[in-house]
Amino acid sequence: MEWLTMGRWSPYAVGIGIGILSWLTFVLSDKPIGCSTAFARTSGMIERLFRGNKVLEKAYYKEFAPRIDWEWMLVFGIILGSFTSAKLSGQFKLDWVPSLWAASFGPQPVTRVVVALLGGVLLGFGARWAGGCTSGHGISGTLQLAVSGWLAAVCFFIGGIAAAFFIFRVLG
Amino acid sequence: MLTKLHTNKGSQLALGLAAGFVFGFLLEKGGVARYDVIVGQLLLTDFTVLKIMLSAAAAGMLGVHLLRSLGLAQLHPKPGSWGATAVGGLIFGLGFATLGYCPGTISAAVGQGWLDALVGGLAGIILGAGIFSSVYPRLRAGILAKGEFKHRTFPELLKVNPWIVVIPAAALIAAFLYWLEGRGL
Repeated sequence: MEWLTMGRWSPYAVGIGIGILSWLTFVLSDKPIGCSTAFARTSGMIERLFRGNKVLEKAYYKEFAPRIDWEWMLVFGIILGSFTSAKLSGQFKLDWVPSLWAASFGPQPVTRVVVALLGGVLLGFGARWAGGCTSGHGISGTLQLAVSGWLAAVCFFIGGIAAAFFIFRVLG
Repeated sequence: MLTKLHTNKGSQLALGLAAGFVFGFLLEKGGVARYDVIVGQLLLTDFTVLKIMLSAAAAGMLGVHLLRSLGLAQLHPKPGSWGATAVGGLIFGLGFATLGYCPGTISAAVGQGWLDALVGGLAGIILGAGIFSSVYPRLRAGILAKGEFKHRTFPELLKVNPWIVVIPAAALIAAFLYWLEGRGL
């Protein structure tokens, strides 16, 4: 069982594993893997705590009801699966600042957290605008040969590469 | 198809959790729970993300289409338009590089102990999705509907049997990955 405690697996083994996992979710749950809708539902659930049932009237939440569903459980499962894997290999470690970030922008947690929050807002907003993320479009869309999936994946990388070069080669 | 299983709410929540567990385990083992690996991909110095995504797409494509041909699965391709998919995709890309995680990998990053992901990123994504839900009524009939795609999948667009696209697409992905390895990337 040494492979369970290894720090890294071949990216191809991981990719093929995710592909096979997709076969199973299509057969057992009639669903493609996706992550970003769960964040929109969570947002609706939090808004509901403050504003009550009025939230359910919002056009968006009529399409994506703020409740715990298959995909929400999937996202929760990712945290548990990753935690288990990291514990098995001894890679679990509480940390605030990734080394690549620290090399350009310093080791202060507060700058990193503020930028992460800002990036998160853009990511969450963009994912719902595009109707999916790197999982829903980038993997599940492309494997279904969806026009939206391939176009979204290309745009994710165009925007991402441009922004990364700006952040690390111009600002950094 | 297993329609009875698909409509059993409790079983589906448990299956979602199990699928997520495996997905998270794989993402962590693949190294993509790490900011450095994801941003390394966007800076074109580390091709792990692309290798994982493309091999998942190729393996998934072959299997899911086979299951569909056997009548065991049906596809759920998302609709799209230039205004929604391309514009949203570019906004997502900016967030992808600024945050250094995406909605799936950030969950894996939280599992690996990254507090910037938990305190900053996760809160940001939920906030961003919430902001979108508020502007959605104004965007829905406007930019989101601009240039709507008539066909959801490439085989529909090309009016061919899906396998005519699946086989060459999977072969092209394999050839591209082989080329990437040959260049030492």
